[in-house]
Amino acid sequence: MDDPAAPLRLCVRRTPSRAGAPESVALQLPADVRCVEEAVELMARHCCAGAPVSSRTRFRLRVLLAEAISNSILFGAGGDPARQVRVEAELTDQQIRLQVTDDGPGFDPRDVPDPTLPDGLARCIGRGLFLIRSLADQVEFNDQGNTIWMTLPRC
Amino acid sequence: MGFSKTTNGAGIAVVKVEGQLIVGNRQELKTLVQEGLDHGERKFLIDCGQTGYIDSSGLGALVSLAKKVRDLGGELRIAGLNDDLRSLFELTKLDTLFHISPTADEALAGF
Repeated sequence: MDDPAAPLRLCVRRTPSRAGAPESVALQLPADVRCVEEAVELMARHCCAGAPVSSRTRFRLRVLLAEAISNSILFGAGGDPARQVRVEAELTDQQIRLQVTDDGPGFDPRDVPDPTLPDGLARCIGRGLFLIRSLADQVEFNDQGNTIWMTLPRC
Repeated sequence: MGFSKTTNGAGIAVVKVEGQLIVGNRQELKTLVQEGLDHGERKFLIDCGQTGYIDSSGLGALVSLAKKVRDLGGELRIAGLNDDLRSLFELTKLDTLFHISPTADEALAGF
């Protein structure tokens, strides 16, 4: 089992010889909610480095990462710190494309009810996917429903 | 970074959220408010003037606490949301569920 107190490590890949080629950043963390904030900060800081990213985008980026990572930890990996969640970002000058994957069975995003309907408003859970859809420019899932991609501008 | 709670002369408990309110620390906030309830406090102001971001677990914790306080005849209000934070409440329509003031001072004046 990974120690949740151990620092998380980013893996950064660059292809400097190809102008305009995307840069990728990857992070693997134990499925422990205590790791979410650090993972968000590491990824967000790197996604924004060297680009004129607005404070609004920085905010959206952090909330999107927090939501997707915590969903994977809680619902994908069952909050079991022995399991892992993988976070990746593909960066171009114009765009940030985030990917979060867990080893769980996945889910059908069409089954998640709208939390803003009157009977969902007072519920304590169920707003994560709604926030993701509201804050990202584009949201996609794999067929299994255990990988999510979220796109937002890098400006 | 974290939560701090003070109670003013009018008996209003002010809880400052410094940093994030997310899945990893929401339980600390719930514990802090529950301790206030256990000591008879019934008016709570959550001051988000120093808050970075809130995730859906944090929003859910606020909904849960507001219900708990209301069930005991009290009220939980929110203040100090910047434009980004306020947008989360508006998107989720939680702005219709909470009394939200621009600043902690304004919230306290009308509590």
